[in-house]
Amino acid sequence: MKRWFTLGLLLLSATSLLAKGVYQTPEAFIQAGFQGEPPTPKVIWLSQPLKETMTNILSHSYHGLRVRYWGKGNRTAWILNEVGKEKPITVGIIVHAGQLERVTILTFRESRGGEVRYPSFTDQFINAKLKNSHDLDKPIDGISGATLSVRAVEKTAKLALFLHQQTPFSNGKTQ
Amino acid sequence: MQQQLKKRFIPTLLTLAVSTAIATPTWAAKAPSAEEMWQLILEQRETIKRQNKKIDQLSTQYKQLDSKTKETAEAVAATADAVEQVSTNSSSGLFNKSSFGSYGELHYNNLEANHNSVGSDKDEMDLHRFVLFFGHEFNEDIRFFSELEVEHSIAGEGKVGEVELEQMYIDFDINDQITARGGLFLLPVGILNETHEPNTFYGVERNPVEKEIIPATWWEGGAGIHGEIAPGLGFNLYAHSGLETSAANNYAPRKGRQKVGEANAKDLAGTARIKWTAVPGLELAGSVQYQSGIAQNTDNTADDAMLYTVHAVFQKGPIGLRALYGHWNLNGSGPESVGADEQNGFYIEPSFKISKQLGIFARYNQWDNQAGNSSNSEKEQIDVGINYWPHENIVVKADYMKQDFDNKKGQKGFNLGLGYQF
Repeated sequence: MKRWFTLGLLLLSATSLLAKGVYQTPEAFIQAGFQGEPPTPKVIWLSQPLKETMTNILSHSYHGLRVRYWGKGNRTAWILNEVGKEKPITVGIIVHAGQLERVTILTFRESRGGEVRYPSFTDQFINAKLKNSHDLDKPIDGISGATLSVRAVEKTAKLALFLHQQTPFSNGKTQ
Repeated sequence: MQQQLKKRFIPTLLTLAVSTAIATPTWAAKAPSAEEMWQLILEQRETIKRQNKKIDQLSTQYKQLDSKTKETAEAVAATADAVEQVSTNSSSGLFNKSSFGSYGELHYNNLEANHNSVGSDKDEMDLHRFVLFFGHEFNEDIRFFSELEVEHSIAGEGKVGEVELEQMYIDFDINDQITARGGLFLLPVGILNETHEPNTFYGVERNPVEKEIIPATWWEGGAGIHGEIAPGLGFNLYAHSGLETSAANNYAPRKGRQKVGEANAKDLAGTARIKWTAVPGLELAGSVQYQSGIAQNTDNTADDAMLYTVHAVFQKGPIGLRALYGHWNLNGSGPESVGADEQNGFYIEPSFKISKQLGIFARYNQWDNQAGNSSNSEKEQIDVGINYWPHENIVVKADYMKQDFDNKKGQKGFNLGLGYQF
């Protein structure tokens, strides 16, 4: 009985671990992504052809008219939301010269699939590029029982790479 | 002012006129006089004044335009904000706290008996399952979820199908890691019991080991907690209603499911599971279940029982592997008398994704619901087949299966399937 009571207390007091919640604010992500000197945010207005490609990547239409981003040199930063099973997962992504430099789960709101927030999953995206087919050029191993969350994060990564190509920062000539 | 200009410019102009006359004698007669030059300067001065005035006007207009452009940009941004907000609201609307989903699968079985004398053929088209999900979020920490299923298309008196409520529970988040659950829920045992949408597994029919040993799909009424005790290490701990097996059915767990319909709850049960998913592409899990009375006190020769399961799911790039082992220990002279005191089974399923849309698999299954004696009760089944996903949530399946039963009632043949999920 004492053992069960102790186990119960341990479980209920396990608040130092992270699961559902906010792990990093978008502001903090952008600050860190540009070494404390973030550029002024810019916007891509979404033309019909852009929206069509985004629909292909997401497997559903995109509900915005524009996408906000931050760019400097040949790096761009994106804060994107995509629904896993029921709720949007907020993902921070940095693209450097057409390759993924960082993918971070900023907010996870679902009740299942929170394992996508671990670096063991997100680090798989580093250096991934976008193929002409709008797939990533490297395989991403999923997490059993978190298929929908994995798909959502993959979609945001592909979307960020595609949108990066649409910015003047994709050729690295803009400061 | 004019006098000063005259003093400054006239000598210069005279010098210029003289030098021009010397250099170009033919033009000398036509050169303007100093007075004419002075008039010219005055005219140019007026012109410059007018132009400066114009520049001032243009500068003012530019500033006004710049200001208007900024105002327009702000108005466009505000309009876009409003349009996007309306779009978001219309897509979620009144139901932004409720969710809806579904899955279903149609099967065609073309099977023939291995031994006509004891077995039977099966040529059948079956809308095996049509399922509706409905969920609602009361607030950030309290959620409702339900799953209503129609099996075999038609239900009612004398009909082959059933309408079943497979899930109806409420989750209460105690903290960020621990959630309490109460209601009717799927038990955390094996691979398919909790996740069995047709596009998530290979094979038209679910594997026979999880069907006959676990027995999936298996739900009970009760309460407990689940969550995460370390990164990637999840747990479930539930107390719930139990099975009611019988001697008439050789104490087979599948026949003992009460499905929480006026279920006999004299003897409750408990299930615990540990699941490790810290490494992408790998899941390792084990569960233990205790049934305090496997026949719910209706059979004094049947006592308590334990179920142990372990499984692994591996997917690295195109290569996949699933493996599961399940084992029942049933206490009491009744189960022992028919060999049902030991019931176990395992399967191993390698797979390979040829492309994003096409995968192939093979599976070896072996199980025995009367493994406690030497009776001829062991069963084997081999499956090979393909899955084709035209969309990530739609699957078309085809497989060949061959059973080898000790009782010679096995079948062989092919199955076709179509499934979806959203």
